[in-house]
Amino acid sequence: MNAATCWYCLRSIIVREGLRFLHQRERFFAALVRPLVWLAIFAVGFRAVLGVSIIPPYETYVLYDEYVVPGLVAMIQLFNGMQNSLSMVYDREMGSMRTLLVSPLPRWYLLVAKLLAGVTVSIAQVYVFLGIAYLWGVEPPPLGYLAALPALLLSGLMLGALGLLLSSFVKQLENFAGVMNFVIFPMFFASSALYPLWRIKEGSPTLYQIAAVNPFTQAVELIRFSLYLRFDGGALLWVLGCLAVFLGAAVLAYDPGRGFWARRGGPAEQS
Amino acid sequence: MYEAATRAEPPSIPVIQGPAALAVEDLSHSFGTREALDRVSFTIPPAGFTMLLGLNGAGKTTLFSLITRLYSNRTGAIRIFGFDLRRQPTRALERIGVVFQQPTLDLDLSVLQNLRYHGGLHGMRPADCEARAREELARIGLADRANDKVRALSGGQRRRVELARALLHRPSLLLLDEPTVGLDVESRRDILRHVRALCRDQGLAVLWATHLMDEADADDAVVVLHQGRLCASGGVRAVCAATGASSLPDAFRALTTRDAGPHEPKPQEPRR
Repeated sequence: MNAATCWYCLRSIIVREGLRFLHQRERFFAALVRPLVWLAIFAVGFRAVLGVSIIPPYETYVLYDEYVVPGLVAMIQLFNGMQNSLSMVYDREMGSMRTLLVSPLPRWYLLVAKLLAGVTVSIAQVYVFLGIAYLWGVEPPPLGYLAALPALLLSGLMLGALGLLLSSFVKQLENFAGVMNFVIFPMFFASSALYPLWRIKEGSPTLYQIAAVNPFTQAVELIRFSLYLRFDGGALLWVLGCLAVFLGAAVLAYDPGRGFWARRGGPAEQS
Repeated sequence: MYEAATRAEPPSIPVIQGPAALAVEDLSHSFGTREALDRVSFTIPPAGFTMLLGLNGAGKTTLFSLITRLYSNRTGAIRIFGFDLRRQPTRALERIGVVFQQPTLDLDLSVLQNLRYHGGLHGMRPADCEARAREELARIGLADRANDKVRALSGGQRRRVELARALLHRPSLLLLDEPTVGLDVESRRDILRHVRALCRDQGLAVLWATHLMDEADADDAVVVLHQGRLCASGGVRAVCAATGASSLPDAFRALTTRDAGPHEPKPQEPRR
């Protein structure tokens, strides 16, 4: 295994992921329409209800539209992470995951490559969304778009690793609705994506506590701060920590010696 | 179908030069309490065609999963050309090409895109991969379909593409898990003939798992699995001679009923 081999492998996984994404036009539109609906309808309606005071990283009063954009960016990544997780379960059931895992490269590398491929696709979506949001009037500093890139990479990896980990628990495709109900919605709503934490605190201190430790909140804040050229060290550490934990657990779950397959059997044996 | 050996000394597997293409030693595996493989040992020579025979539920798929390292064996050992799959997985896996039982091509990608993906997974340089893909596609007679979506191909053509894909990185051991399942008689014969030709012309070691006895030739080696145990391994003639059967199906029947007799019947279908 040398650097070139690894690169060819990573590249081909990213290319495949990208091609698959492009071939699924519905998925592309769904991925874009979802945050746009939030921005164009929900945010407009909410604008009057929720006043956002001046909180970092903002230096002036901002409209709700502007507040909610980083949250929606993270939402794109959350959905992508879960979508990848879904496709892992699908690939596993259909057997095409075997093609990936029979590669002579180390399995942890294959999983990380798979994650990176997913994140690449999600980042492309994020920038398209940010472009539309710009036309909508949400205009972060131009350099913010660049500064957000590493944040997007990390948060995307973290959410993707979470999806990967979840995919090892989901035995069948049909059980995936549960992931939506028990992971995506709670993570999204109990976070700072839609309302600032101090607002949640006013409503319920318990929910505030939950939201404060929610990895998704940390991802949202990391993106929000970087987009406005500020640095949130706490969020960065949180995201890095969660990434390490989720990824480590996912690699263990997919480990040929210890993972779930050795106990439960492969796709064909399960059916 | 196959004549029993007339010679007193039935031919056995050719003498192995160098390490065996595949050596399975004392391999057991269980899922919970269900034993899928029970102390299985056999070797297949560095070149030649070996049939892995067994009914559904015999443990063929578990064996394939272990050999392709979907999950690792905990007891026993699997060696590919001398490389232990647990200790040197990279060296072992790069020598294997696999055609899985389930179709594993991306239907929405073109034939070439599917092959490129596979080449990348094996760390092939894009230029090499491209050349190899063209070469293998020409061999299976699908060179003109390289840019078609896999969805547009017939079942038999898809299987041939999977075969081309398995050979892309020039493996020395080709594993096929029930590769003719779901194919019509014509395509089935095609694939079998093609793999046999490959085996002969390129000196590949081939392990072909099936429950269809008529796919075996008199000169093949066979490995017979039944309910997770090895019943027999060796040349077709030798196996027939040893059981006193006149044909492979008879020998198989003799082996599997004899073996099932004294033991408790095991559940055939694993639980979900």
